[in-house]
Amino acid sequence: MKTAVIVFPASNCDRDMVVALEKITGKKPHIIWHQDEDIPEVDLIALPGGFSFGDYLRCGAMAARSPVTKRVIEHADRGGNVIGVCNGFQVLTETGLLPGALMRNESLKFICKDVKLRVDNNDTPFTNAYAQGQVINIPMAHHDGNYFADDDTLQALEDEGRIAFRYVDDSGDATKSANPNGSRNNIAGIISRRKNILGMMPHPERLIEEAQGGTDGLGFFESMINALN
Amino acid sequence: MKARVHITLKNGVLDPQGKAIKHALSALGFDGVNDVRQGKYIELDLAETDPDKTQSTVEDMCKKLLSNTVIENYSIEIE
Repeated sequence: MKTAVIVFPASNCDRDMVVALEKITGKKPHIIWHQDEDIPEVDLIALPGGFSFGDYLRCGAMAARSPVTKRVIEHADRGGNVIGVCNGFQVLTETGLLPGALMRNESLKFICKDVKLRVDNNDTPFTNAYAQGQVINIPMAHHDGNYFADDDTLQALEDEGRIAFRYVDDSGDATKSANPNGSRNNIAGIISRRKNILGMMPHPERLIEEAQGGTDGLGFFESMINALN
Repeated sequence: MKARVHITLKNGVLDPQGKAIKHALSALGFDGVNDVRQGKYIELDLAETDPDKTQSTVEDMCKKLLSNTVIENYSIEIE
């Protein structure tokens, strides 16, 4: 599986993503600077976390208009696979590749902690290594992860099984108290209609080996190996 | 020409910052504030001299970058 990681000014989880992809695929990802006009032929493009362009105007707004992002959109339109984690998810919504928007956390606080996620659809290239309904532990670290979509969009996401991950409590229930940021329907991650694009706020790349305190994020990357190799 | 753009959250979109401002106003003794919605104000200084062209260019800017129409409305004043 060939991969690329896009780096914007003030991306800061790009290295973690590169390390995770290299560990899983055995091949070093292409590292693409945002001003590069071309992305080599790859199976997966990853948009990493961070604070691209200082979160100016809106989180992800500037990165979504970077030259390289046009290539990402073309890749996605051809059915190519794209993941966006944290700021990458914000960029994907700003481009319109994924619906909705990520707004300031309801508490107005930057929240950095481990959260429980439930895998709500394991029939995707990014979640197939998990069991349906499996509860996993993944770190989150963001100020603007409060997922918003209008009622019709939200209903379509629910009806089409496009909610990949939801914030849940220890027993796997998507309760209000388990919702860290005010996200509608406890949404932590969604997929595109064609299932080739995934955006999520928590960071699976931060939990892929025991030295990091656990390996719950490994399944995310193993899923892609299963689907794309 | 100059363009002034106001960007506000759509009705129905929660505004936690507006809510925090409302609480702070109430803590300062400003009673009777029913609701607060906060937004952005952007000033543009443009080379174009035709008001209609300026209006349509700025609208295009709002749709493509200045606002996120999923959650925000914009209004434009041209001078």
